[in-house]
Amino acid sequence: MIESDFDKIDAVLREFEGRKGALIPILQKTQAQLGYLSKEALEYISDKTKIPVAEIYGVATFYTQFRLHPIGKNIIRICHGTACHVANAPKISEALYEELKIEPGGTTKDLKFTVEEVACLGCCSLAPVIMVNDKAYGRLTPGKIKEILAQY
Amino acid sequence: MENSVRIKVGLASCGIAAGGLDVLEKVEAFLKEHDVKAQLDHTGCVGMCYAEVLMEIEDNEFGSTMYGYLNAKDIDDILTAHFIEKKPLTEHIVVSEKFGGSEKEIIDYQTRIVLRNCGVIDPESIDEYILRGGYEALQKVVKNMSPVDVIDEIKESGLRGRGGAGFPTGLKWQFAYNNSADKKYMICNADEGDPGAFMDRSVLEGDPHNLLEGMLIGAYAIGSDTGFIYCRAEYPLAVKRLRIAIEKAKERGFLGNNILGSDFNFDLTVYEGAGAFVCGEETALMCSIEGKRGMPTLRPPYPAESGLWGKPSNINNVETYSNVPWIIRNGANKYAEFGTDKSKGTKVFALTGKIKNGGLVEVPMGMTLRDVIYKVGGGIIDDRKFKAVQLGGPSGGCIPESLLDTPVDYDSLTKTGAIMGSGGMVVMDDTTCMVDMARFFLNFTQDESCGKCTFCRIGTKRMLEILNRITQGKGEKGDIEKLEELSKKIIKGSLCGLGQTAPNPVLTTIKYFRDEYEAHINDKTCPAGACKALVKYSIIEEKCIGCGACKRACPVDAISGEKKEVHVINQDICIKCGACMTACKFDAVTKS
Repeated sequence: MIESDFDKIDAVLREFEGRKGALIPILQKTQAQLGYLSKEALEYISDKTKIPVAEIYGVATFYTQFRLHPIGKNIIRICHGTACHVANAPKISEALYEELKIEPGGTTKDLKFTVEEVACLGCCSLAPVIMVNDKAYGRLTPGKIKEILAQY
Repeated sequence: MENSVRIKVGLASCGIAAGGLDVLEKVEAFLKEHDVKAQLDHTGCVGMCYAEVLMEIEDNEFGSTMYGYLNAKDIDDILTAHFIEKKPLTEHIVVSEKFGGSEKEIIDYQTRIVLRNCGVIDPESIDEYILRGGYEALQKVVKNMSPVDVIDEIKESGLRGRGGAGFPTGLKWQFAYNNSADKKYMICNADEGDPGAFMDRSVLEGDPHNLLEGMLIGAYAIGSDTGFIYCRAEYPLAVKRLRIAIEKAKERGFLGNNILGSDFNFDLTVYEGAGAFVCGEETALMCSIEGKRGMPTLRPPYPAESGLWGKPSNINNVETYSNVPWIIRNGANKYAEFGTDKSKGTKVFALTGKIKNGGLVEVPMGMTLRDVIYKVGGGIIDDRKFKAVQLGGPSGGCIPESLLDTPVDYDSLTKTGAIMGSGGMVVMDDTTCMVDMARFFLNFTQDESCGKCTFCRIGTKRMLEILNRITQGKGEKGDIEKLEELSKKIIKGSLCGLGQTAPNPVLTTIKYFRDEYEAHINDKTCPAGACKALVKYSIIEEKCIGCGACKRACPVDAISGEKKEVHVINQDICIKCGACMTACKFDAVTKS
């Protein structure tokens, strides 16, 4: 971590000063700033908030949103909810992993994409669906995957 | 409004995913190019998700006309016909005042109380909400009603919790009211985690003020001055619209101190979840707000007695709160006119799966499942055979065709072994394997188990292992009995709803589709043709013309054959991906 990273964390902590039980929003904002939660970041937050590192680590590993490793520039979330599953989501996953040459949850070598499987994105009528960053793509077929990836 | 022409484009998450932003751009360009004076807005989800992108035009000429199934490339033609030629293209109309519309009936079957503003107003405008009666209920409550009056009204309406458990809301508020403390919390559970459910998302994105008003009324009733909306992080648009709504409500004096000039204070914060399904369970949700791991705790004490930070708290689902303003404005008796004896009002369902008209529908309690699926939902895609409908997500159960005339109400559904749940309704046809569905749900709950209770943590894993073996063709005699035994023990040995209901999908599929399990285990076949390991792809000699399309499509070179000669699939190499079947234009590839 570099100095500006510590400054960013300080800014986040200042925002939640005095607020009870703010650990989760603190971790969320820290991750939004730094991309992921490094060991150093967790130790620094522990030092400043006086919450034991073990407790912070326990929270960070409980919730799937928190990443403890660096991730790609673009995050692809493949929906594996019920409606998408019934609409052939596994085929879409296969196509994506093959195209990017990675495993589920993995990141491409050039750090361009990270792929996650999530439970439900809430766009069930457009199944199967994937989300790239904040944009949702629905009514997919394995053939459309290449086109979508090319946009990034 | 000086402009008597108004155009609304549906831009909830579904609308955007279907290309709504491109449509909006095209509309803007058209209006500019042809100098048409119109107010262009975006709106929330009207529920007809299968017909996205949707665009409604309101003008003096034709009243309200809603176009559907739109792509950006259709816009120029449609708007030219509507504004310049004054002859709307009726083939694109889904609902309208002057021209009927292909989907008019579907809207007519519904009773929209919770969804009344969704798709109609701009969700980021507090004025539009107010114009349609918004915050009138709050005014009535603060000026003319006492907390006890409010609780009595909600009790009389018969409103039951819409999160799934169906506990009488008025009674729940009464409990919180009865406990005196220096601080009470009003919490909204917007952690809609059931895969296949998006009712709450649409309300949050399409009519956030309705939720705020419901919470305000509830807070007034129980005596709370601080509230939280726990919304899952996977709904960024909902979180954004909620925060905008809160800011605007504050500006107008509907939130904050001395609301509407009274001594009622209420402060509301949006809290983002961090990706844990179990946090939809109320005690885990409160742990999460306290900054801890979301692990459920024992009840009693119930939240009404000791909840967030040990203070009396009331937690309700988004849809439950969303019914409150309507009830207060129109009266409990009017609300009780809808629904059945013990299940009053309406219910919002997210119809998904193999259904023609997938989307959100709101129907009165008591409508039969058959009517919801066939009348409102339009029936099965490609008119295939209905097999089962799954209600209540991973905590729920499957209902077979023989029970399609079951009315949709809490008690009737519980009798079938399923539950009402939060509203997710997934329709399945004869190509869906019920064993695979059970495996799918168990996979989900196993992953989301918090780990606290041994039976839930390890029991679900063992059940999943058995189901995996069965769907891979390695089922053994006694597996079904093992699943039933494990289910019973997991239900008994789990402290929270997740563990207590995780076996439901397995138990209901065994109850109604035991023959499918037996086929997998004894005959090593999958009747629906879905389980890869049990499926065989082969080429029909008589139909194959030797074009080679399948050979080219095969990713593992399992197909051999010369041009114009019958091709053959090598079963030892075949990975059952189905690419050959998709590639064949002569229906020569068959799956068995």
